[in-house]
Amino acid sequence: MTPEINLTRDPAHLRHGSSIGQPLTRTDGVLKVTGKARYAADNHPPGMLYAVIATSCIARGRVKSLDVAAAKRHPGVVDVMTPAHKPELAEDPDAKGNPFAFRMELLQSDEVRYANQAIAVVIAETLEAATEGAALLSPRYQVEIARVGLDAGEPYAPPVVGIGNPAEVVHGEIDAGFAAASKLTDATYETPAQYHNAMEPHAIVAVWDGDKLFLDTPSQGMAIAQGRIGGLLGIPPGNIHINSPFLGGGFGSKGLVSGPQMLGIMAARLVGRPVNLVLRRSQMYGPVGHRASTRQRLRLGADDAGVLTVIDHHARITTSSFDDFYEPAADASHTLYASPAIRTAHEAVRVDTGTPLFMRAPGEATGSIALESAIDEMAFACGIDPLDFRLRNYAEVEPTTGKPFSSKALRQCYARGAERFGWARRPLAPRQMRDENGFLVGWGMGTATFPALMFQGNARAVIRADGSGVMESGAHDMGQGAWTALTQISADALGLDLGEITFRSGTSDLPDAGIAGGSAHTATVGAAIHNAGAAVIARLAELATPDERSPLFGAGNAGVVARQGRLHRRDDETRSESYAEILARAGLAEIDASGTGAADPAAQSHYAMHAHGAVFAEVKVDPELGQIRATRLVGAFAAGRIINPRLVQSQLFGGMIWGLSFALHEEAVMDHRSGRILNANLAEYHVPVNADVPPMDVITVDEHDPHVNALGIKGVGEIGITGSAGAVANAVWHATGIRVRRFPIRIEELVTGLS
Amino acid sequence: MMNFDYVRPANVADAIAAASEKGAVYLASGTNLLDLMKGGVSRPSRLVDVTRLPGLDRIERLDDGGLRIGALVRNADLAHDAAFARDYPAIAEALLSGASAQLRNAATVGGNLMQRTRCGYFYDAASACNRRWPGAGCDALEGENRLHAVLGWSEGCIATHPSDFCVPLVALDAVVEIEGRSGRRELPLEALHRLPGDTPDRETALEPGDLIVALRLPAEAQGFAAHARYVKVRERTSYAFAVVSAAAALRIEDGKIREARLALGGVAAKPWRAHAAEQLLAGTAPDAAVYREAARATLAEARPSGDNAFKIELAQRIVVRALTLAAAGTPARIPALPGSPFSSVAGA
Ligand SMILES: Cc1cc2nc3c(=O)[nH]c(=O)nc-3n(C[C@H](O)[C@H](O)[C@H](O)COP(=O)(O)OP(=O)(O)OC[C@H]3O[C@@H](n4cnc5c(N)ncnc54)[C@H](O)[C@@H]3O)c2cc1C
Ligand code: SF4
Repeated sequence: MTPEINLTRDPAHLRHGSSIGQPLTRTDGVLKVTGKARYAADNHPPGMLYAVIATSCIARGRVKSLDVAAAKRHPGVVDVMTPAHKPELAEDPDAKGNPFAFRMELLQSDEVRYANQAIAVVIAETLEAATEGAALLSPRYQVEIARVGLDAGEPYAPPVVGIGNPAEVVHGEIDAGFAAASKLTDATYETPAQYHNAMEPHAIVAVWDGDKLFLDTPSQGMAIAQGRIGGLLGIPPGNIHINSPFLGGGFGSKGLVSGPQMLGIMAARLVGRPVNLVLRRSQMYGPVGHRASTRQRLRLGADDAGVLTVIDHHARITTSSFDDFYEPAADASHTLYASPAIRTAHEAVRVDTGTPLFMRAPGEATGSIALESAIDEMAFACGIDPLDFRLRNYAEVEPTTGKPFSSKALRQCYARGAERFGWARRPLAPRQMRDENGFLVGWGMGTATFPALMFQGNARAVIRADGSGVMESGAHDMGQGAWTALTQISADALGLDLGEITFRSGTSDLPDAGIAGGSAHTATVGAAIHNAGAAVIARLAELATPDERSPLFGAGNAGVVARQGRLHRRDDETRSESYAEILARAGLAEIDASGTGAADPAAQSHYAMHAHGAVFAEVKVDPELGQIRATRLVGAFAAGRIINPRLVQSQLFGGMIWGLSFALHEEAVMDHRSGRILNANLAEYHVPVNADVPPMDVITVDEHDPHVNALGIKGVGEIGITGSAGAVANAVWHATGIRVRRFPIRIEELVTGLS
Repeated sequence: MMNFDYVRPANVADAIAAASEKGAVYLASGTNLLDLMKGGVSRPSRLVDVTRLPGLDRIERLDDGGLRIGALVRNADLAHDAAFARDYPAIAEALLSGASAQLRNAATVGGNLMQRTRCGYFYDAASACNRRWPGAGCDALEGENRLHAVLGWSEGCIATHPSDFCVPLVALDAVVEIEGRSGRRELPLEALHRLPGDTPDRETALEPGDLIVALRLPAEAQGFAAHARYVKVRERTSYAFAVVSAAAALRIEDGKIREARLALGGVAAKPWRAHAAEQLLAGTAPDAAVYREAARATLAEARPSGDNAFKIELAQRIVVRALTLAAAGTPARIPALPGSPFSSVAGA
């Protein structure tokens, strides 16, 4: 079933003429808070069985035996899928077809690559029976010593980092940069492995009908998933129908179909019945990606005027033993600060974990906290206020490429954020401020940045006989509010009020909307919608303007504008005709047209395209106990056109809270011998709770960008983390005088430092 | 899930009979037990659900001025009982500093006392753990142990008892009422939890079938109500266990500490009563130097069990802080951030 979202809401909200720019609440909000939104695992097709993955408790070695008989004897167990008993695959899950095809464990062998890897799947009539069946498998292993941590092996230079970025970039003369410096800083920062931990675990309900496959599963990229699943199973992607109307968060971990989701599909094939497979929370720590741990050394040089002469950013990152994803941590230094010499370099160490993948602001988040800390250290070494220092090193063009920015209102972000925060009153030296209760107070800041990306996406627009409109695009709402923003764009694209259109989305049966990632979904699908709307309006105009019976006769295509369900002559606005009238005369039930959104290579080769921001943080620290509390966060962001200020604010809040989490809370704790994660649950894997989140202020700075895409959208999904993490860390230093370079900042570092 | 018997006895005698068999355990609200079962850490063959036992959900004032709290009273109900919070403010604050509102609404008094350690290796069924499997060894010893014990640990086990509630309780001489196969008995709370020694698997003094039916606070405990605090350092503001915590309660008369009560949480396998410090404080005028001395005395025997030497220093500072805050006087209302060092901040 195609989910439909009809917008009938308080007209007081609406500004007629344009829906873009209005602070609408989420169109699916009521469905969600009333429990009516149907998430993947809420589906129960008749005859459905439950599949539970048995996971490995060793991080490296082989499975020597599984007690399949014991599992099968357990009442309710229907079948046990193992390397010896599973459906044939058309493709080796370890084959690397394209950069987005990551290796997955689909029981292709008895090898164990990381703890929590799937080693069998038990399929049963009930979840309980399948769970117990999985426990009864009692695997025996041949154990090899696990490689854990950043020093687990010989570092090597990765071929690329991120998706196709060079591992090393050198701009200018590094040695000359160091020689020209009168101040040098050299510091090493560590960031831990982090796990996405979306509220909704990866889940799938798989139903086979011959060689057609129907899936309810959360996806940030349905068309890519169709391709991958089709390839593995040897069926045409078009035979695969994915429903993904609601995601309980993804953060990148649902960008690509994961091994466990594939196992659910294989289990359904094996038993010939619908199958439900939902990961347990602890099982999310392994097969569905994570943020790699990093150790980053930043060597900066500056002259007497506080102008950077060199940025040398070196990152060591972990990756899995069997695949290649390299967190592009050092790339954060490519764009932010002007310097005649910039080098970024990466080296990798293979460890026995699942393959790290994209996690909200991949590279930018890890790199930003290190870079922003290093900038803060250098500003202090130069005796310059951190904001002043950043302004002295403001990049007027993209430093590593020399390209002009398509737009960059970062100066305004600095100015407005600083003003709102009261930054001017900040003492230069640390440990100068106390509140009335004697707590240490510190102020820190960071610059935020994220590239303005575009992928490719399509949309189909329809105008119906009654004059109403439909917009279709298989877009993905991860909770960020994509449907709402895209509905607003659709209304404007069709020249209709919100109440007159239906937006259809969330299924692969609709036009491919690309991937909801890289903060590019609204921009990409928005452009597709914009173009589809323009195309269908053009068709409408083609029907009317050559027709003598139309008041628009003779206006020519370029001579009409669409507004509130009517086409108007541009030269004479009193002459107009409704969509319904035009279609009625033409005897058409509806007309449609398609549109595509994609990057403009010409614009991209001319311009560097990035969103920017400035984040200011206040923390308080107990001077004896070392307990930290963030008390204020102010962020000012310039991210092109704002489609829906309410949703944008919410994205930025969320990102900034994640930045706080990065600095103070989040970390997967791994046993260095076994490679097992000891806090694979939401009780001990800490993210901020409400009581940790301070009052926050988000300012969006106007930015008109004619180059990024048709609507001038830059995207706000990820930028909030960057800048914020460093701002909080810098505030802790400013409060205490203790520079902690290992994140999250732990209480012992402060307890030992404060005395 | 594995199959197990589930029984819901009608009275305490039946409960004890049902729970005396091997493999049987009591189930209260299950906020700890069910997690352990789902993780395969605990695999009981029978659950004896005590939540419907009559008469165990009351808070009663006793003739001698003491208070008797039924084992089934919910953590939240107890903390929000106005008279209780007035008379035992540090206990209420400790309760409210624990877990989350949802968990406190469910968790029972008995379950809180009997909750198991949060040692990550105890929870990880694939790790060696003497508590789960006597003689298996202790993977925490050379593992991730920054939050483990600094007092009273042995090579056999370095885990801590995680309860906040128990910390002021032990300071205030709470007594546990137990019904068992050989009848009724009572035990000071201080004697309920055992230090690991050579038998870390024997976590408490309870015998098979023993049911905690109530907790008693003696009349004297109310005498500290004007100067009682609980301070808890944790890695986020709420919904986190203590790194280290302390309960301090003072009876101050004529500018002198007549009697002091002090206990630490997060440092040992049991809530740690600081008797030596209490003696040191008695008769002195409230003063930072004395508090520091008390702190040193409390941690005199402390030894790091791993990467946790900082806890020894931190524990001393918390002792000083808890005493300082207690001497300053119990706040009129339980702070909005209970137990937090920031709780003294207006509006926090
Ligand atoms: C995410 C999370 C965070 C938490 N954070 C904190 C925290 O910060 N501070 C804190 O103090 N606690 C915390 N807790 C622990 C919580 O306080 C306990 O789980 C709860 O008090 C247990 O009560 P229950 O009734 O659910 O016990 P159950 O889980 O039912 O039982 C726990 C144990 O006690 C035994 N038992 C129960 N009742 C009796 C009885 N009457 N006699 C004998 N034995 C009995 C059971 O057999 C079992 O072994 C947290 C728990 C969770 C899950
Ligand atoms: S410290 Fe105790 S509970 Fe933890 S692993 Fe060792 S024996 Fe088990």
